[in-house]
Amino acid sequence: MHGSRAASAGTLIVGAGQSGLQLAVSLREGGYTAPITLAGAEAGGPYQRPPLSKAFLAGTVDEDNLALRAAGFYTDHDIDIVPASRIVTVSPDRGDGGSALIDGGRVLRFERLALTTGSRPRRLTVPGADLFGVCYLRSVDDAGRLRRLLEAARDVVVIGGGFIGLEVAAAARRRGLQVTVVESSGRLLKRVVAPPISEFYRQAHEKRGVHFRMGCGVTAVHGDGNNRVTTVELSDGTQVAADIVIVGIGVEPRIELARQLGLDCARGIIVDDRAQTSIPSVVAAGDCTVQPHPQYPETLVGLESVQNAVDQAKVAAATILGLSRPPAVVPWFWSDQADLKLQIAGLSTGYDEFVVRGDPATESFSVLYYRQLRLIAVDAVNQPHDFMAVKRALALGVSIPAAVAGDTRSSLKSRMGASDQADERLTVGVRP
Amino acid sequence: MPKIILHAPNGALFTVDAQIGASVMETAVKHGVPGIVAECGGALSCATCHVYISDAFIGLTGRADDFEDEMLDDTAADRKPNSRLSCQIRMTAALDGLEAHIAPEQ
Repeated sequence: MHGSRAASAGTLIVGAGQSGLQLAVSLREGGYTAPITLAGAEAGGPYQRPPLSKAFLAGTVDEDNLALRAAGFYTDHDIDIVPASRIVTVSPDRGDGGSALIDGGRVLRFERLALTTGSRPRRLTVPGADLFGVCYLRSVDDAGRLRRLLEAARDVVVIGGGFIGLEVAAAARRRGLQVTVVESSGRLLKRVVAPPISEFYRQAHEKRGVHFRMGCGVTAVHGDGNNRVTTVELSDGTQVAADIVIVGIGVEPRIELARQLGLDCARGIIVDDRAQTSIPSVVAAGDCTVQPHPQYPETLVGLESVQNAVDQAKVAAATILGLSRPPAVVPWFWSDQADLKLQIAGLSTGYDEFVVRGDPATESFSVLYYRQLRLIAVDAVNQPHDFMAVKRALALGVSIPAAVAGDTRSSLKSRMGASDQADERLTVGVRP
Repeated sequence: MPKIILHAPNGALFTVDAQIGASVMETAVKHGVPGIVAECGGALSCATCHVYISDAFIGLTGRADDFEDEMLDDTAADRKPNSRLSCQIRMTAALDGLEAHIAPEQ
């Protein structure tokens, strides 16, 4: 199946995050018997990142809870974890396989290569961005440092009104700190949600005591004589006091090794729906990739989510094993901010119409998205029934007509596959 | 360490050691027990760690809160009176020997 076992160098997985781990697990589950090496730059084994900006910052979970597998799992499944090892060069052999050089000098041989290198936070580039107290949040080390700093802080400025920024803002506010979120665009979560969700979150966080500076850029960070941050200067000339600045302005896929190998890259490593890169023997999965949109494959999308990291890794493992592609699954995502749980199913990008179901003032409502009358996604706030119903509908390929989706007198589940004939539409909006 | 006894959908039986305070889901996943997907890692967001608690323990695990209750309405496998999302059950000494069947679909 995989050639002579003694001769095979097996699969090298570069990046020991959620995607890399899943790839290793799926290879073993699929009967792969050659060696599996999972190399990661961080000190420990694979762990969950989503709680870092939520329960970990709040202090309700700790590092032990974050581990994705018990240590014994890796020996039991013959998965060789190589932590604290950043791979600096990858050299393909003539023919199959190649070798990878770790920054400490060690060389790892491989027959098949998988890139699950993830992404890194975009850096703030204004003057003062390197002052003490300017933080990013990606790794457990980042989160541990931020948690310690929050304990002694009073004024927190969050740069960026995306998911990370808002989750951290909520956690800081819960500690009773002064929190200001600076967002350069006119609304929160602009890249991913419709205006009613943006507006809802601004109001909900304001109600909980968070201040917003919308439409403002950051021009500089100022510090004291000890290089500790003291204020953030905004594009309108005003200054906001800060002893911590948290930067959440998006991520950049880690594609250096892919470029070195000559793989086709856009924003991320370009893969097809089999997780194959432009060199068919090399697969890639997770945050480091861009892939054909599941419904509109002419568009490439980067999906930064646990769900994609896991499911794309399963696809990549099937490709290495020569098995048929696992069935497509509905993309989904969640965000916990204060006591508000947002659950997203489907991809709303490219929507032309949306329906608001329920009253945002109750802090329990949802927004359903449509493209050419076809249901494509839902954002559900404290509304698990709507989330689950739309996720199910998308998986089954049935719609819930926009004409009836806003009527809260009946459940979405009961409206699945209903015909779109009602003469009255409730709270319908069009793309701004 | 309290033990958890889990019946996988394929009939296999797993007995795993749990840390006090760790969730049933977390304990099962870390030990590679099949059938618990737990995509969201315990954030009560995906309803893919559905289990049926054995009668002897149903009184000890407590009841689902409102949000979990709503998620359970829409799980892939049928909801039963002893259905719980295993990410929401934290292990205590009193739960030693907790027995549950993992739902056949997640």
